[in-house]
Amino acid sequence: MLELQGLTRRFGARTAVDGVSLVVPAGQMVGVIGRSGAGKSTLLRMLNRLTEPSEGRILAAGRDVTTMRGHALRGWRAECAMIFQQFNLVQRLDVLTNVLIGRLYHRGTVSSLLKRFSAEERAEALTTLDRFDLAEAALQRADTLSGGQQQRVAIARALMQRPRLILADEPVASLDPRNATVVMDALARVNREDGLTVMVNLHHLDIARRYCGRIIGMSQGRVVFDGTPAELTSDRVRTLYGVAEEEFHESADEPALVA
Amino acid sequence: MSVTGADTAAWRSARPAVIRGEEAFHAARRSRRRATLFAMAVLALCLLVSAWMSEAHPVRLAEGLPRIGEYFARILPTLHWSTLFAGTETEGSLAFWFYRIDDWLLLLAETANMAAVATLGGIVAALPLAFLAARNTAPTPWTATLARRFLEALRTVPSVVYALIFVWAFGVGALAGVLAIALHTTGALGKLFAEAIENGDHRPWDGMVAAGANWMECCRFGALPQALPSILSYSLLRFEENLRSASVIGFVGAGGIGEELYKVISFNYYEEISAIIVLIMLAVMAIDLTSEQIRHRLAGAL
Ligand SMILES: Nc1ncnc2c1ncn2[C@@H]1O[C@H](COP(=O)(O)OP(=O)(O)O)[C@@H](O)[C@H]1O
Ligand SMILES: [Mg+2]
Repeated sequence: MLELQGLTRRFGARTAVDGVSLVVPAGQMVGVIGRSGAGKSTLLRMLNRLTEPSEGRILAAGRDVTTMRGHALRGWRAECAMIFQQFNLVQRLDVLTNVLIGRLYHRGTVSSLLKRFSAEERAEALTTLDRFDLAEAALQRADTLSGGQQQRVAIARALMQRPRLILADEPVASLDPRNATVVMDALARVNREDGLTVMVNLHHLDIARRYCGRIIGMSQGRVVFDGTPAELTSDRVRTLYGVAEEEFHESADEPALVA
Repeated sequence: MSVTGADTAAWRSARPAVIRGEEAFHAARRSRRRATLFAMAVLALCLLVSAWMSEAHPVRLAEGLPRIGEYFARILPTLHWSTLFAGTETEGSLAFWFYRIDDWLLLLAETANMAAVATLGGIVAALPLAFLAARNTAPTPWTATLARRFLEALRTVPSVVYALIFVWAFGVGALAGVLAIALHTTGALGKLFAEAIENGDHRPWDGMVAAGANWMECCRFGALPQALPSILSYSLLRFEENLRSASVIGFVGAGGIGEELYKVISFNYYEEISAIIVLIMLAVMAIDLTSEQIRHRLAGAL
């Protein structure tokens, strides 16, 4: 179980996330929606301390995440794997090594620096890749793959961390609709088959409704909606955001950086 | 203010906005010209002062120039067509000019080895320092500042000064030269490596942090792969430069062919001076060409 208490982050005078309190039970698939600048990315990045909170606490199964340092902090980060909009793979390395990077926290630094992974680790990586139909591409360089393939490699890397929680920041915003479906299916599978909690930022309401059992709506750093997909009707969207559903994601789209 | 063409009928009937814009344009141009003239005057003054302080008088230049030609005439070998390919005993032959070629080739090999070892040592020391000095990979901002200042200090001291210190400490020989060049190389490469690292994309780094990697692992996988082509290219370039330093660092007794060159210069063995200089030039050219080839290959392959 994950608990956020009054989580706040300020950038100068601007409050990106403003007193967010939530309880997320284990195994839930939560969609966080909101227009561009609502604070979705900041909220997610605070959960694994890629961004430091200004105020508030994060509790994971009773442990205070906000005060962790050094080895404990890296352990927490390994526990909550992150999926990025731009995949954040090491482009010049092959797919297999990128997936093996997910195991870094669990092994010795020296053998990692030399890329000396064991046969068991390679087998686990290849099995994970095979779950997403990517075993054939294992020795290709990451930058030769399509966006949808790269995002599935990133999910495989995330699973190698043996996480309890997956944080996905706009995982499909740079993808075409077909690839977006493949990647969302992969996340849903991980949630269902591996029992992982998934928190995913989205700005397409229909994707959120289709895949997530619980939807959290954000606006100007605050939580303005927390409920089931059925409760998030078009009327509700209009009263919360002041725009019709069709307009909702238009201005939300940052231009996709990857072709 | 008189503006060019201001009296034409077209100008008189022009809109006020155009007139104001034109006046502003001329005013801006005038002030820009004044600034340029002032800067050039200051530059000329500085040049004059520094010429006076370094005693670079035109008279002395005119006096000294012919003597340079004279020196070149002296160190030129006497070669005769008829005996060009004769043995080492015959005056006027190539073999007579290069009569100690075996010794010199050995010294040249030692020089190239010094350059290679010093470059390698410099790279090994510069890499970790560069990750500390690059602002996007430094653990804390003050580490970056500290590492930067340290690298600056390393490369500000010329390698000859290091060589003098090391010759005093370790005695005459190649070890002093290698250490001296390696230290200077660390400073120079560390800065270039740090800049190559800073040009990298931050996304792989974020990916590594989010996977729970420690600082060294983040550097290794999140930053190094992107910077590697530049790092290799800078290192090869440095090797070429170090070969040149290694051939003169022997002047202060730090090994290599420089010691021999210093000896023949001070004893005025004129023909040997030119022979050694030709050898050094050939070696530097050969290494320049090969390393240029390697760099182009690498740039394509990586
Ligand atoms: N590193 C940063 N520095 C300054 N302002 C930031 C930074 N990151 C985000 N912000 C600001 O915080 C607000 C929320 O941003 P973000 O969390 O990226 O929103 P979203 O992901 O919902 O589009 C925005 O106004 C953004 O400009
Ligand atoms: Mg965002």
